[in-house]
Parts: sequence; structure tokens; C-alpha cells
Amino acid sequence: MKKQITVTVNGEQHTVEVETRTLLVHTIREQLRLTGTHIGCDTSSCGACTVLLDGKSIKSCTVLSIQADGKEISTVEGLAKDGLHPLQEGFKENHGLHCGFCTPGMLMRAVELLEKNPNPTEEEIRWGISGNLCRCTGYNNIVKAIQYAGAKMRGEETPSTEPEFV
Amino acid sequence: MIRCKTSKEISGMGHSMKRKEDDRFLQGKGNYVDDIQLPGMLHMDIVRSPYAYAKIKSINTEAALAVPGVIAVVTGKDLEQYNLHWMPTLMSDTQMVLPTDTVMYQSQEVAAVIATDRYAARDGREAVMVEYEPMKAVVDPYKALEPDAPVLRSDKEGKTDNHIWHWEVGDKDATEKLFNEADVVVKEQMHIPRIHVSSIETCGCVADYDKVENHLTMYMTTQAPHAIRTVIALVAGHVGLTEEKVRVISPDIGGGFGGKVPVYPGYVIAIAVSFLVGKPVKWVEDRSENLQADSFARDYHITAEMAGTKEGKILGTRFKILADHGYTDAAANPSKFPTGLFSIGTGSYDYGTAYMEADAVYTNKPPGGVAYRCSFRVTEAVHAIERITDRFAMEVGKDPAQLRMENFIKKEDFPWKSPTGWEYDSGDYHAGLKLAMDTVEYDKLRVEQAEKRKNGELMGIGISTFTEIVGAGPSKDFDILGIKMFDSAEIRVHPTGKAIARFGTKSQGQGHETTYAQIIAEELGIPAAHIQIEEGDTDTAPYGLGTYASRSTPTAGAAAAVAARKLRDKAKKIAAYLLEVSEEDLEWEPGKFFVKGAPEKVKTIQELVFAAYTNHPQGMEAGFEATHYYDPPNLTFPSGAYICVVDIDKETFEIKVRRFVAIDDCGNIINPMIVQGQVHGGLTQGLAPAMYEELIYDEDGNILNGTLMDYLVPTAVESPSWETGHTVTPSPHHPIGAKGVGESPTVGAPPAIANAIVDALSPYGITHMDIPITPYKIWKTLKAKGVIE
Repeated sequence: MKKQITVTVNGEQHTVEVETRTLLVHTIREQLRLTGTHIGCDTSSCGACTVLLDGKSIKSCTVLSIQADGKEISTVEGLAKDGLHPLQEGFKENHGLHCGFCTPGMLMRAVELLEKNPNPTEEEIRWGISGNLCRCTGYNNIVKAIQYAGAKMRGEETPSTEPEFV
Repeated sequence: MIRCKTSKEISGMGHSMKRKEDDRFLQGKGNYVDDIQLPGMLHMDIVRSPYAYAKIKSINTEAALAVPGVIAVVTGKDLEQYNLHWMPTLMSDTQMVLPTDTVMYQSQEVAAVIATDRYAARDGREAVMVEYEPMKAVVDPYKALEPDAPVLRSDKEGKTDNHIWHWEVGDKDATEKLFNEADVVVKEQMHIPRIHVSSIETCGCVADYDKVENHLTMYMTTQAPHAIRTVIALVAGHVGLTEEKVRVISPDIGGGFGGKVPVYPGYVIAIAVSFLVGKPVKWVEDRSENLQADSFARDYHITAEMAGTKEGKILGTRFKILADHGYTDAAANPSKFPTGLFSIGTGSYDYGTAYMEADAVYTNKPPGGVAYRCSFRVTEAVHAIERITDRFAMEVGKDPAQLRMENFIKKEDFPWKSPTGWEYDSGDYHAGLKLAMDTVEYDKLRVEQAEKRKNGELMGIGISTFTEIVGAGPSKDFDILGIKMFDSAEIRVHPTGKAIARFGTKSQGQGHETTYAQIIAEELGIPAAHIQIEEGDTDTAPYGLGTYASRSTPTAGAAAAVAARKLRDKAKKIAAYLLEVSEEDLEWEPGKFFVKGAPEKVKTIQELVFAAYTNHPQGMEAGFEATHYYDPPNLTFPSGAYICVVDIDKETFEIKVRRFVAIDDCGNIINPMIVQGQVHGGLTQGLAPAMYEELIYDEDGNILNGTLMDYLVPTAVESPSWETGHTVTPSPHHPIGAKGVGESPTVGAPPAIANAIVDALSPYGITHMDIPITPYKIWKTLKAKGVIE
């Protein structure tokens, strides 16, 4: 069964026809062609599909498109208006990504994390991103990236991004 | 401190240059296979077997074909008409593309449904009715070798058992004599369990056959696009898909770790369907299919023995392996190496006697034998040697760090010939372990441990001092299906001094777009920021064997340096011509040639490149391009010294990695930031099998944890904060003295963790535990020992 929905994605309003069973991630990727949001699993375990739905980070593989009707969605493509968002900058400066596949989901999760807790401890960051899997980085630099972005967003001096080799 | 020869503006070797590929990934502009959407594209989904071993009595496709959007269902019988129902594996075994009569493992491909969108394909998949006649599966590899075991590969004429091959290396008789006469012999039975790479992007492809042009474009999650193109041409040449008509494009890859080396049936079916219907066909597996059917890693049962003196001198080792390969040998190894490079397993120690043997066996499990971020079975080898070394230290009553220090090969003894035939290029094992011990404050930890033991607290310290072997490989020994394992670089510098360089490798997150540019910047003085790197398109890139087993820097990185040096030689000739001096009068510093003693007489590389197009000497070929195919003279031998500290809860046996110090030596470092990042990631992939990951099968061959809900990939919470450092022992034979690093930590970390846990439990008579070591396993072990009730 098909249904028309209207969603505001990254500030732009779209009206699209979806099947009632279509997952939000498929609508975002295949109808709206915003392919920065990725699919990494089929059990809501990996978080690669994380987007913001009305400002709250959700796994878009576990939400039906019709549930998003009338709501606002933010994806990685809309994160920065111009240049890089402090989180994107933090990931780049701290080598917080390797293959880049988990990165958009990590970023969108971190947006909400920093919004709720602008100055998180390392442990709070680790628990905060524990719904997002990364297979490449070992997480050290993702933690640093989020700390860097937090400092920048608080208007403080950002920590050193030099590798911590002995 | 790493010293750099070039300025930050040039950013040659040693600079922590920020990655050039990051901007697109950070802004959602990466281009992965599933992002590709072509006009008229069809979607494919795969029906999979619920049984580990069964006869297929019938496949009824009627209901599936009635599903709106479904246009075809492909079975083994359909492929049989084109002789495409079987395919060769990399180890010259055979693997079904789709079965005609028997399924050999749970989740094996049974039929493919083609539809106009992915939901219709999934609906069709659910509607295909398959009637099976289940048979008793052979799951235990030891039982598979028993005389009354059913012969699984009855498709092979004359096959009377489940044995695949026997392999051995070393001196069997001398080793036996040594073990018979040695003062001390220790022995442990180990299982290195079956695990899965589980890169966050699964595998998939878009096969796009153009009937008019008779041309196939294959977008594919592959770590080795060139080899794939050749294989497609060899298999499908008879239907007109000759090699110039096949273009393989490996776009951005969301992690590989060896899992994207093999050719999976899904790729082949997608090509066949696209060829038949003349439309693009997309196949992207879901995570559960990926875990349940794609190539596994490890699954070695090892009997490890070490012989030595009472004083703690290692004299010899003997390893016996039983390798569970699933129903076919589809391991991703160089062709002449059925056990990969397991023979590195004599480790970092100075002794001359060793013998290793392996037997491989068929079972009703998925095929595989891929890396999991490891250079061809090196992880298995390192686990065996590093565990048995600790066991030996325990037996002779010596501190494991001390014992290692006393047995290491000395810096001055390199190049060192190992008892299994390798020539280690360079290393300084004493320096690495000393740095690790100083960093972690080893002596203090042992004092703390002694105090804690008095109170019954469980604290352990584990060491792993491993030797890796990467950079396959020299053409005299290394090939894959006959293709030698060189790799390549092609550099083209434009008139204004900016460059594009293409490679036969393919990054899956390693940062080639940055590090290759840095190598060329180092050699030519052109800023790395102005050197664009391309890989993964077989129409444009030079031929190479791809990226896996930490081979890119040792092979393609070397090719980049050699090609750049060819260009520097040309630049020198042009400089001599322009400055009207002889070449001998010129001196190079990064980015310019100047006349010795007259530094004001200078030509920059940019001026020299421009002249190559505008004012080159008569008789010289115009342009500024070079290509090099690098055949490495030897492999490179990175090493590491890792120390892990664990605390185990006395009540719950929860294991906490308190500290983990990793000192790596990968020779000269191209980009410290990237090397450190590789080490972090590799360490977490070492933690994973040590404490969390294992593909578990029941006695009927059912997988018990085939999803990410129960196959435990570590999150940021389980992963500790890694402490890293390095020593630098350049490779003497590599053009830039580099070695390769991506996999060292995955190889070296598991025994450090296992040794730490066993160390914590050693007061209770525990000498070995198989990984993954979980709280439950500790509870069971202590209970069996009568330590707890």
C-alpha cells in the first residue's frame, strides 16, 4: 500500500510516495538520493544509518518512512551550512575515520550527544556512541574527535591533534 | 621524534598530514557500491539454505514469479546450462555458485530472485519453495577425519575422505630428536576460533552489462579489482567477455580486512543475470548473510610444543595444525602457500630447530580462510608461539619479559635466517620490549600484582613480542592463480607541476590517497596536496594484485618511490640542460636541483616539469610520466612489543583491560597519524577475538550467532584507550625503508590479552585458555579446577 508523506530534510521540504513498509533509510537513500546515510546491518546494531528525527538521533533502518511524516530529518549532508561542522573538523583533525562508512552515523549520533552534554567525559562519550560500531579506528580517535568538537563548540581552545606516540 | 626531510608545505614522509580523502566521507559524499543507482537497475536477493547438509529435492519458483516486480528466479540448474554452477576458488578447489542437488552449509546460496526493487526481490525470496532432505552434518573437524565420516565432497571423483591437503615445513627428524632429549618440553592444545571480519559495509556489486557494446562494467566491493577482471575474462571469455570488454570498478570500500578478496557466488550470479537480461543488476547482501555465508577467518586447531633448557633457553618448537576449511578450500592465500605464512611461527626468538605440519579438512561450514586484518594466517602462528613461550616461561619459573629478552634474535644478527626458511630483514626486538616495559612501568606492576595476589585479587600482565611478515611478495614464490604478486604505480605530472598517480592497489580505509601522495612528495618535492591518487578502476589504473595482508606500502608504495625516482632522473637531465652544466654538478634537495657550490643557480621541480612539455632537450622524450611494477626482493618483517594489564573481578570474572601498551616497529613511517590510527584499529580487532568474537555452530551445523545482535563486535565501551608508541628499524631492501603496519596489532594483541588473563589465573594452576576468554569461560575453568564451587 502506498502513502504520501511530507518530510523536511536538511531544511528542505519533500513530498514523496512510499510504501507503508518502506524503511526510512531506504527513502532517504533511494528516493531522496542522500546516500551519506549508510546501511551496515539488519538488526539495528551498527548505527551506520543514524540520522536526527526532530533533533533526536535514531537508527533510520528501524523507523518506517510513514512514521517520519510531518517531521524534520537531519542527515550528514546537512550538517554544515558552509565548510565543516566542528564535529566534521574534529574527525578530520584527529583521524577519527578510516573507511568512512560508519562516519556519518557517528557524526549524527555525536551531534545529539554534545547537545545534551556539551562537555562529556571520555567514559560518557564511549557509552554515548556505544550504539554505533566502527571496525577500523579502534575508537580512540573518535573519542578525541568528539572532545575536540565539544571544546570548539564551547568556544574553548581545542586539544592538540598530534599523534600521541611515545 | 620522527625527522622529516621535507617542509610541511611539501608534506613528504614523516608528516602527520591530514587525510585528503576525509572531506568527502565527512560530508556524506563517499561513493560506495550501494550508492550506485543506474537507470533500469534490477535488484537481486538470495534464497539460502536452512540446513547445513541436505539434498535439494525440488525448487518451486511459481509463487515467487507471481510476486509483483519479480522477473526471474535463477537456480543451479539454470546456471548449469552455461557451465556456471561451479567456480574455482583461489586455492584451486571448487565452489558452487548455486547448487544443483546438494547444499553444504547453512545459509548457502540456493537460488537468486531478480526483481525491479529490493522489496519485491525480498518478497520473491520468501516465496521460493525449496524441498530439502536433510542429512547428518559433519561439523567437528576431528570427526570429519574419522574413517566412518561421510565423504562430503562426493562430487569429486575418487574422493574417499574429507582430507584436503597436508603441508609441512622444517626438519621433522631433528625436531623429534630435540624434543626427545630436551630438559623441558611444554605442550598446549589451542583453538584459534572461527571469526568474521564484519566490515561495516557488507559485500555487494552492480553488474552492468551493455548488450550493444558487449561490455561489462562491474562495480564491486573488491580489494583486488585487477585480478577480478582477469578472472572474469578467463571464466567468461567464451561468451565474448574478453578482458578488454570487462571493466571492474572498486569504488569507496567500507572496510575490507580480507573479507573482500574472495569472489562470492552473489557476484557471479549478478554478472550472469545482467549478461542475460542486458540490464544492470544490484546485489548487496545484508549483515546476517554476510556473517553467515561470507568467508570466515582462522579456525585452526593447533597443538603447540616448545623445547628448551631448565635455564630458559628456547631450543625448538613443533606445531601441528588441523585446519577446518568448511566445504571447500576457498582460503585467500598466495597459491603456493596453503597455510599462508604460518611458517613465521618460530617468532622473534633465536633457535634453529622447528617443525610444523598442517592438515586441512572439509566440514559442513561456510568456506573461507581470509585474513581478518592479518597477513595470511600470521595471527594463528603468532598466537601459538607467543602463548607457548609464556607457557615455557611459566614452566622454567622465569619472568616472561626476562625470558623473551634472553631469547630474542639480536639486532646485529639480521638479516636472520629462520628455521622455516624466511630471511628476516631487520629488527630490534630488545629495544621494542624495553620501551614497552618502561612505558607501562613493568617492574612496578609486578610488585603491585604480588601484593594483590596476597588478597586473592586477580591481576594479570601479558606480553606479546611478535614478528610479522608482510608485503607479498617476491615473484619467485608468490602468485595468485599464476599472477605474480608485484604491484604498480603510474605517475603523470601535468605541465604546471601538479600530478595524478594511479595504483594497482585499492584502499579500504588505509588512507592511500594521502600516504601515496606523501611518498611521491618525498621523492619529487611536489606538495602532496597537489598529487591526486586514484585506484580501483581497471580501465585507468596500472595492473596490480590489490590491497590486503599489509602489502600496499611494501609493494605499491615501493613502486611509487621507484617511479618517482625515474622522474627525478629525468628532471635532473632537464636541469643540466637548462642550467648548462653536467648532471654530476647538480645537487638535489626536496623540490629543486641546484648547482653544487652555487645555490642561486637553481631550477625547481615545477620549472623542470614545465620544461618537459615546453622546452625539453632535443632527443629527449617529451612529457613527465613514469610507471613502475615493483617486484619485492623479500618480504618485510615488522615487529611489535605489546603489554596488556588486566583486572578480573573475583566474583563475576568480568575482565577489564586496564592498560594496553603497543610498541610497533614498521620501519620508516610515512604518516605517523595514519600509522597510529591503523594501530588503534588493529588493536580493537585483536581485542575482539581475544575476548568477544567467535562464530559458533551447534552439532547440526546451525550457526548460533549469525547476526550483529549476538556476534559481538566491540563497541567503544569494550575497547580500551590504547597507548601506542614505536621504534624505527628501516627495512634495508625497501626503497623508502618502510614495512607495512595495518595488521600488526591484530596479529600481536590476542596473545598479549590471553597471556595477561592466564597470568592472572596462574596461581590456580591455569596454564592455558582458548580465546575468546569470557567471564563464563573463566568461571567454568575455575570450577573444573575445583577452585570455586
